[in-house]
Amino acid sequence: MIGLSHYLIVSALIFSIGLVGVLRRRNLLMLFFATEVMLNAVNIAFAAISHYYNDLTGQMFAFFIIAIAASEVAVGLGILIVLYKKHGTLDLDDLAKMRG
Amino acid sequence: MYEVVAFYLFSGLTIGLFLVTVMSKNILYAMTSLAAGMVLISGFFFILGADFLGVVQLIAYVGAVMALYSFAMMFFDATRDIKEKNTNSALVFLLGGLSALVLVLMFAAPIHSDAITALYPMHEGVGNAQDVGIVLFTKYLIPFEVAALMLLVAMIAGIILAGKKMDQSLTEDMSADEILIQKDEK
Repeated sequence: MIGLSHYLIVSALIFSIGLVGVLRRRNLLMLFFATEVMLNAVNIAFAAISHYYNDLTGQMFAFFIIAIAASEVAVGLGILIVLYKKHGTLDLDDLAKMRG
Repeated sequence: MYEVVAFYLFSGLTIGLFLVTVMSKNILYAMTSLAAGMVLISGFFFILGADFLGVVQLIAYVGAVMALYSFAMMFFDATRDIKEKNTNSALVFLLGGLSALVLVLMFAAPIHSDAITALYPMHEGVGNAQDVGIVLFTKYLIPFEVAALMLLVAMIAGIILAGKKMDQSLTEDMSADEILIQKDEK
């Protein structure tokens, strides 16, 4: 039978995948994707704890995380578009070099 | 039985798809696998009985966020493979693996669960959407309103950042025709 620890272990693995992405990627858009992966992993953990402890608080926090992710994407993509218009690249190394 | 099969299927597929997201060199592959992984995560929510959360995940993540990403693809060159200098890749995988190990050990550790009591317990015979609605609009009303305000601020910020000529007033300094003429001259 599937218990709480199964879900938490899957959530931890997905979170670590996102963490590897954040550490490894140099492209800003890919960094955003890795952040989404981490947020989704935390949502799984919240929903699982909410189910197994029969408590709605976990689901509430998952809703607010989704709202935060949506606004993060809206603002972040605007900033990425401005950066791309200005520099023509989204690579972090190139952007760091351009600072001069 | 079905729950077990569904859990292992969803977890395997989700981990695989997110690995593609993190490792792929092509932005389109990364984006589509991220969208597919999010659909499967809503499957986790449906198994866990969080129906409303699953629907919100489908609408907000797969619908809105991924549509926003694919809309932003129009600004970037999405067909070309991205070139990245991946220095010290072994160190990154070592750190990622270590953090995975630590997180798994932490989450798998036995906890004293008798002391944990539900703050807002679910009700028997009431659907998940009703339960969520009651708690969200009574106990979490102020965070809900603040989240609405935050989404409004984010929407305005997105429009200002992505829109053209938003730093100029269309009415005061020059008329709209003059701006259009100026654009044509460029």
